[in-house]
Amino acid sequence: MEHHFQRLYEVLSQVEGYIYPNEIELYWSVLIVQYPFITGLVAGAFILASLERVFNVKVLRPTYHLALLTALAFLIVAVMPLVSHLGKPFRAFEIMMTPNLNSAMAIFGFVYLWYLTVVLLLEIWFDYRRDMILWLDQARGFKRFMYQILTLGSRDISPKALRFDDKAGYIITVIGIPSAFLLHGYVGFIFGSIKANPWWSSVLMPVIFLFSAMVSGIALVLFIYMVVSRIRKVTTDINALDIIGKFLFYILIMDFSLEALDQIHRIYEAEESFDILHLLVNGKLFFSMFVFQIFLGTLVPLLTLGFMQFYKPAVKVRKTIYFIISLLVLFGIFYMRWNVVIGGQLFSKSFYGFTIYKGQLIGAEGYLMAWFWFVIPFAILAFLLWLLPPWKRHPEPEKEPDKKLTQDTAS
Amino acid sequence: MKSNKEKSSRRNFLKTGVTLAGGVFAATLIKPFNGVVIAAEEPKGPGPWYGIGIDIEKCIGCGTCAASCKQENPVPPEPFYFRTWVEQYTVKTDGSVKVESPNGGIGGFKQTVPDEEIFKAFFVPKMCNHCYKSPCTQVCPVGATFETPDGVNLVDKSYCIGCGYCIQACPYGCRYMHPTEHVVDKCTLCYHRIKEGLLPVCFEVCPTKSKIFGDLRDPDGELVAFIKNHTCRFLKPHLNTGPKLYYNALEEEVR
Repeated sequence: MEHHFQRLYEVLSQVEGYIYPNEIELYWSVLIVQYPFITGLVAGAFILASLERVFNVKVLRPTYHLALLTALAFLIVAVMPLVSHLGKPFRAFEIMMTPNLNSAMAIFGFVYLWYLTVVLLLEIWFDYRRDMILWLDQARGFKRFMYQILTLGSRDISPKALRFDDKAGYIITVIGIPSAFLLHGYVGFIFGSIKANPWWSSVLMPVIFLFSAMVSGIALVLFIYMVVSRIRKVTTDINALDIIGKFLFYILIMDFSLEALDQIHRIYEAEESFDILHLLVNGKLFFSMFVFQIFLGTLVPLLTLGFMQFYKPAVKVRKTIYFIISLLVLFGIFYMRWNVVIGGQLFSKSFYGFTIYKGQLIGAEGYLMAWFWFVIPFAILAFLLWLLPPWKRHPEPEKEPDKKLTQDTAS
Repeated sequence: MKSNKEKSSRRNFLKTGVTLAGGVFAATLIKPFNGVVIAAEEPKGPGPWYGIGIDIEKCIGCGTCAASCKQENPVPPEPFYFRTWVEQYTVKTDGSVKVESPNGGIGGFKQTVPDEEIFKAFFVPKMCNHCYKSPCTQVCPVGATFETPDGVNLVDKSYCIGCGYCIQACPYGCRYMHPTEHVVDKCTLCYHRIKEGLLPVCFEVCPTKSKIFGDLRDPDGELVAFIKNHTCRFLKPHLNTGPKLYYNALEEEVR
């Protein structure tokens, strides 16, 4: 506690102008930056997967299951930064038990559970059911045990059952797209609906969050696909990479336009809060916003991808470029979340001054903790890829029901 | 043939029944969201509805209110936690505004601007506005923040999960996370005192009687008379939070 007060005294000495005395401590720390960042990755990865499934972009086949498993790995963790940030983490379940339905935050538990169970788990289960049954016979030990549990006792791999799997998976994906929109648009609403905070209060916030989610999710799948291929010592499919790059380019344009619109609107209206926000953006947020988010995270990828729509360098060069771009975009979107969450708390609601964010390395809300919650999903993903490797799925017998299905739908 | 017809009519009946039941169920789900649209309104029924009046012209910036609040209530002594505090506004001759509140005004103020540069200066006591369309109550995910029927905004500390959403939602900076209790704390209008017929402690100790506590429903009361006889304004009226704190002589510099 002494340490905590000492830190606050240090912050107090660095306050600029006047802030309300209760505003010296910044309550939403880097963990709350992680929350929209990770949730966005989930929504984005799922939307990329749905492109293959619903919109029939067959080139994306190599990344389809990878994207789904990535979404699951990150969704499992998404709620953890939130819970560990609570003052009373053991009361977290109250959000589900006695929600205040007027509160935007109260619905989170339901949106999250809906997305986790109804969309992701069901979809992956239907996708992998046949494979798990087939793997069950070959596997030994723990893996076999896991398949036994995960198949939930189902052993039917008749063409009829497989057709049902496929249909169910399709329907779930169709439901899943608006759900992914809901999941992340809703996260934006949590911030956008706070009328007390002019930096957050914007009707565009949910839409901006949604598009930046798609951008970050696509970049993450791009990154994971390249890394996993490198580890497996197989070559990446350049056609898939090109298509992902193209989608990334289009959605980056929309994301950037929306954010630009938001800022232009603020600047042109120049309301009461304009002066303090102007100082904020040009001062405390200068690096994280202009350099990290806009220049490195948006403009460089945008221009590079745009250039590559007209001129395609050699495959090897392209792959390197995609790899760097995926990292840059992830970096940029992280700082976009940072600028929203931390930036929104740096200025006083009296509009007369600024506090500073003095992050800690260690502790429940420290940077190490934030890194921990970012690394854990990769560990979960590694486990999921070991348990449900997309590259070991059984293709041959699948072709038959697949053909039949396409015939069915054609007729 | 007949049995088929029967079957189909039974199926239709079931279908309609389930649709209706589902519709009614969906409608009940929508109902609570009315709260969002309409926000809150003054609760009906008998009993007092408390409000606050602050006469800025009378405040001398002694800071006794903020000090007494920390003595009466479990507010940590550190200068980062206040249920009530006093701000000093100094409008300079060049038009710029300087605002200060060292240790929330506890121990009084020193004017740091030289006399010849001062256009005007005044003190503004701040505290929870006990809004009746309060954004803090609206956003609390578990309903731990609530408005009492007599118009006081309170936090149920045995229920608060410490998410801090209400701190973000309060436009007046009146809430803080208690450093040892790890739940949100705020002004209770000394609920334990007013229920005993006493004044909230910061009203009690004010040497110039610049704070007036009273019942907004009592037409003959001191508070209603104060509102009637002065030109009163709220803080940040454009946010439509329904504050019940009426300031006399509130200058536009005050936010």
